[in-house]
Amino acid sequence: MLCDVCKCNDATVFLTQILEGKMQKVNLCDSCSKEKGVQDPTGFALADLLLGIGAAEEIEKGAPTQRCGVCGFTQADFKKTGRLGCSACYLTFAEGLGSLLKAMHKGTEHIGKLPQRAHREIELGDRMKSLNANLQKAVTEEDYESAASLRDQIKKLEMEIAS
Amino acid sequence: MKFANVIAVGGEWLRGEGPHHQIVVSSRVRLARNLRHRAFPGWAKKAERTQVLELIKPRVEELPEMQDSFSEVLQDLTALEKQVLVERHLISREHAAKSVGSAVIMNRRQTLSIMVNEEDHLRMQSIRSGLQLKSAFKLVDKVDSTLEAKLDFAYDPKLGYLTACPTNVGTGMRASAMLHLPGLVLSEMINQVIQAVNKIGLAVRGLYGEGTEAMGNLFQISNQTTLGEKEEEIVTRLSKVIETIIEKEHDARQMLIQRKSNTLWDQIGRAYGVLTFAHAMTSKEALNLLSIIKLGVDLGAFPEDRRLPIDELFIDTQPAHLQKSSQQKLNADERDELRAQIIRDRLRLFPKPDISKVARESANGSTSEPQTNE
Repeated sequence: MLCDVCKCNDATVFLTQILEGKMQKVNLCDSCSKEKGVQDPTGFALADLLLGIGAAEEIEKGAPTQRCGVCGFTQADFKKTGRLGCSACYLTFAEGLGSLLKAMHKGTEHIGKLPQRAHREIELGDRMKSLNANLQKAVTEEDYESAASLRDQIKKLEMEIAS
Repeated sequence: MKFANVIAVGGEWLRGEGPHHQIVVSSRVRLARNLRHRAFPGWAKKAERTQVLELIKPRVEELPEMQDSFSEVLQDLTALEKQVLVERHLISREHAAKSVGSAVIMNRRQTLSIMVNEEDHLRMQSIRSGLQLKSAFKLVDKVDSTLEAKLDFAYDPKLGYLTACPTNVGTGMRASAMLHLPGLVLSEMINQVIQAVNKIGLAVRGLYGEGTEAMGNLFQISNQTTLGEKEEEIVTRLSKVIETIIEKEHDARQMLIQRKSNTLWDQIGRAYGVLTFAHAMTSKEALNLLSIIKLGVDLGAFPEDRRLPIDELFIDTQPAHLQKSSQQKLNADERDELRAQIIRDRLRLFPKPDISKVARESANGSTSEPQTNE
């Protein structure tokens, strides 16, 4: 069996970590295990190492040939570095990243801090949705007076969002 | 502020005045942030990194928290100066390797340090003495809120703050505390504690973070995950775990006093003897022995007023601090010689360990320390 890190020497160190009920395995050769500090009995680097190797495999499954439209990053680059190219990569490689993030983190959705800007975007988005729904209703009910007023409000809101 | 001034001032966390400071050396909270649709520093070309730096740096410098700050682009710092900042935990080892396109900005008290173009565009860190994770978080959270009004941070409604490494996505927050745990190491219970901590999704690392060795019985404990949990929850959970470890450390020390007192006094006596008389010492040996002396102060074998000189030696005997103070580049042998000399000088008037002063039961001062509201 080959080492998961250098992929050229035979693996002699076999590690298994169980974290919150999830099992992760990694096989390493002698020199890689030393370099990664795995032989350190306190095992500091182990968790990071496991995450790194798992990450590369997961993302490969998701998007074998895809390239990020914003920064030109590919999954091969991710495999090399364990880092993404830009914030848009999270959309480009969403499929592969989904299961990876699930394995890595406590949950799959952010429930913490929201930037003020995001608050505003969400608020404006909600208002737009309700105006559109009201407009639909007014049109079906042939209440053209309300519809005209709603259309004006939507236009105003669109301008606000664009600014 | 000039670099020489940074060195001259000790930095608040080095003075060791926070709650539980005998065991918790420092608390740190860092937030990772990136600009939307800009390549992350590791992927960006040099010109792009410089552009991002020019966007971010002035915004950071004008923060009210950064009045009278130290701000420098990394190519203008020498390798030695960068290493000094690493030894003070003001920049990461990764950041010290950066040059054109990266910068560091820190306040005078050295409680806030902001790295531009480390692994992420922004790494904002607050560092406090003792167990003060909540106040460290508050400071860095406030800075983040000020900056987000002027910079367009990459954010996804589902995934939260987007970071170069998927392990940081969500809150982008890493909260950590540096613990001094000689009791658990000497009583051989440290591995049990590390395993228990790992099991509940927290990471234990050595002195300088990822992949580094534990020296001087110093351990860093931090949250491993950043997605699916609120910032305040992470901080509270980590603080609780640390309070439990503090209790375990106190228990281990009591156990050593009661059942292995001879081993304990032998360790303290040997550490004192070697530090007082050695003429060559590596930084690893120095840290390990100073740790035992620090334990001696905690237990009352040395007077309380000797705590600060020992705490200072932890930093001043690190390789870069040593060379900075001697104003010249030294090879390893010369460093070991100078290190031993500095330690001998500072310990010249240090009293011999007095074990009769060590009160048993809970009278070692550390257990009667006031509890925090963390």
